[in-house]
Amino acid sequence: MAEYKLMKGNEVIAEAAIRCGCDGYFGYPITPQSEIMETLMLRKPWEETGMVVLQAESEVAAINMVYGGAACGKKVMTSSSSPGISLKQEGITYIAGAELPCLIVNVVRGGPGLGTIQPAQSDYFQSVKGGGHGDYHLIVLAPASVQEMNDFVELGFNLAFKYRNPVLILSDGVIGQMMEKVQLSEIKPRWTDAEIEKISGTWATTGKKSNRDYHVITSLELDSLRQEKFNHKLIEKYKVIKENEVRFETFQCDDADYVLVAYGSSSRICQKAVEIARAKGVKVGLLRPITLYPFPTKKINEMCSKAKGFLSVEMSAGQMVEDVRLAVNGKVPVEHFGRLGGVVTTPNEVVKALDELIKKGK
Amino acid sequence: MAEVKDIIKEGNLVYKKSKVLTDKIMHYCPGCSHGVVHKILAEVIEELNIQEDTIGVSPVGCSVLAYNYLHIDWQQAAHGRAPAVATAVARLLPNKRVFAYQGDGDLASIGTAEIIHACNRGENIVVIFINNGIYGMTGGQMAPTTLEGMPTSTSPYGRDIAMTGHPLKITELIAQLPAVNFVTRQAVHTPAAVRKCKKALQKAFENIGEKKGTQFIEVVSTCNSGWKLSPVKSNEWMVENMFPVYPMGDIKG
Ligand SMILES: Cc1ncc(C[n+]2csc(CCOP(=O)(O)OP(=O)(O)O)c2C)c(N)n1
Repeated sequence: MAEYKLMKGNEVIAEAAIRCGCDGYFGYPITPQSEIMETLMLRKPWEETGMVVLQAESEVAAINMVYGGAACGKKVMTSSSSPGISLKQEGITYIAGAELPCLIVNVVRGGPGLGTIQPAQSDYFQSVKGGGHGDYHLIVLAPASVQEMNDFVELGFNLAFKYRNPVLILSDGVIGQMMEKVQLSEIKPRWTDAEIEKISGTWATTGKKSNRDYHVITSLELDSLRQEKFNHKLIEKYKVIKENEVRFETFQCDDADYVLVAYGSSSRICQKAVEIARAKGVKVGLLRPITLYPFPTKKINEMCSKAKGFLSVEMSAGQMVEDVRLAVNGKVPVEHFGRLGGVVTTPNEVVKALDELIKKGK
Repeated sequence: MAEVKDIIKEGNLVYKKSKVLTDKIMHYCPGCSHGVVHKILAEVIEELNIQEDTIGVSPVGCSVLAYNYLHIDWQQAAHGRAPAVATAVARLLPNKRVFAYQGDGDLASIGTAEIIHACNRGENIVVIFINNGIYGMTGGQMAPTTLEGMPTSTSPYGRDIAMTGHPLKITELIAQLPAVNFVTRQAVHTPAAVRKCKKALQKAFENIGEKKGTQFIEVVSTCNSGWKLSPVKSNEWMVENMFPVYPMGDIKG
């Protein structure tokens, strides 16, 4: 029977992790996401499922624990907010370079620097373009509800193992802190050793068996030609991801002259903005990317045949707008609107920005 | 005179290469301590019959490629982070024997936080700490353990402690932590020292089998390339200069 609860976005991440058979969580406190580890510590999943939960000495240590756990073929995760995610970048690039599956949650707050503890979407570039050094990408999921915070934990692990690639849930302080009704996932047991052997037995470091050569998890390749070959292997993997994993949602786009593009909490605000603008007779729709990497480039490009303009609404100085522009490729005007520094945009502000875009086009 | 083929017989064998060692030619400089430590580590793993249960974590430094030389599952960690990586492996695979192998720059400089906290939690791991007083891999720069007055490429006039602090005796610091079970300082410059170091390694791997908590083995080592001395001179220099600052023997347990 379906189980419903009223929960905070952050709490639900913890609950979903336990329920999907997560083996380990490693974190370090930071607002606005500390409830994730707090919920886990209160729930004591080690008594229930054997899941390891550990408060690390830093985000650096936490992400390296994730590296170690992932290298054993375990379902492991970490979470943090912007300044902590910056610290994790070293570990994330090693994880991407060693092709390890894991789940990372960023409940974004405003920056740069220590910034603010209020919600923002200013870590888009860091999330979708790589973040650490070297050529790599994370698969980036952008939840817009507490329900999606729940659902994307399992989806994230599935994608991570399918592609042996780190997955990032890019949330923000609004989604992390707000309470909504959520249908909890079914409880699934953690993988047994035999299941891990089946899923990751060709690469995981679980102790060298007599029937196989030893396994090495590394991102080091001193031979440039071999490193280049590996880089191409990653490019090929990302190509497959782009072909198969683009997820988005459209809202009143069929007859739309103008399209708002927004993810996460901004997309919720934009739904209201669409209603307000439509009541005033403006034919506007909303495209909500659910995966930010891979980005719904093709969809946006197709929409250019009907749409007269796009407005990228994000709580940043204009980051996703660059990807919208690349998708639109100069065919129609693309503008950006968003409040910054932890200030949440209002629907009326979006409608006003839309009016300006329309005026400009005339 | 006897033919060579007549001499090579089982009964005459005085040395056998451990089957845990691979056939790859080591990249270490002649005279470097890393190779000797690898050898005795392989022997201990073979003799304890734990090859299938051992997971190694290699550092960034000269021993980054340690995984080329021992027939066990390996993870290669970011610079200084091996204790954090090993923490997760030991917790998620509690019946495996996990070790972190680190240099002095890796363990006592960039990875200070990770080693202190892993030891303070008493992680059930063996830490093998190769202290050669220098950054070997990157070409002989100053390390946290570089001796006062010792020249390196970034302290060409000798380490000035007023400017860069004192040689860090991190092993003594770690011995203060209640959850650490065994702390010892060894070397591998003579056959007797090699035997003693091997014994310490064996004890450490036995101890984690009994889940006794963190085992910390410092090996005061030579880096003749970095020190710009011959292998023989390096051993002499180590005994004369390193041992007074980093004295041999068990510190705890
Ligand atoms: C983040 C980072 N900083 C710096 C380096 C460059 N680097 C590689 S090895 C090393 C020092 C290694 O010295 P040590 O740990 O003493 O080991 P040894 O090579 O002497 O065995 C440094 C600084 C790096 N690889 N990563």
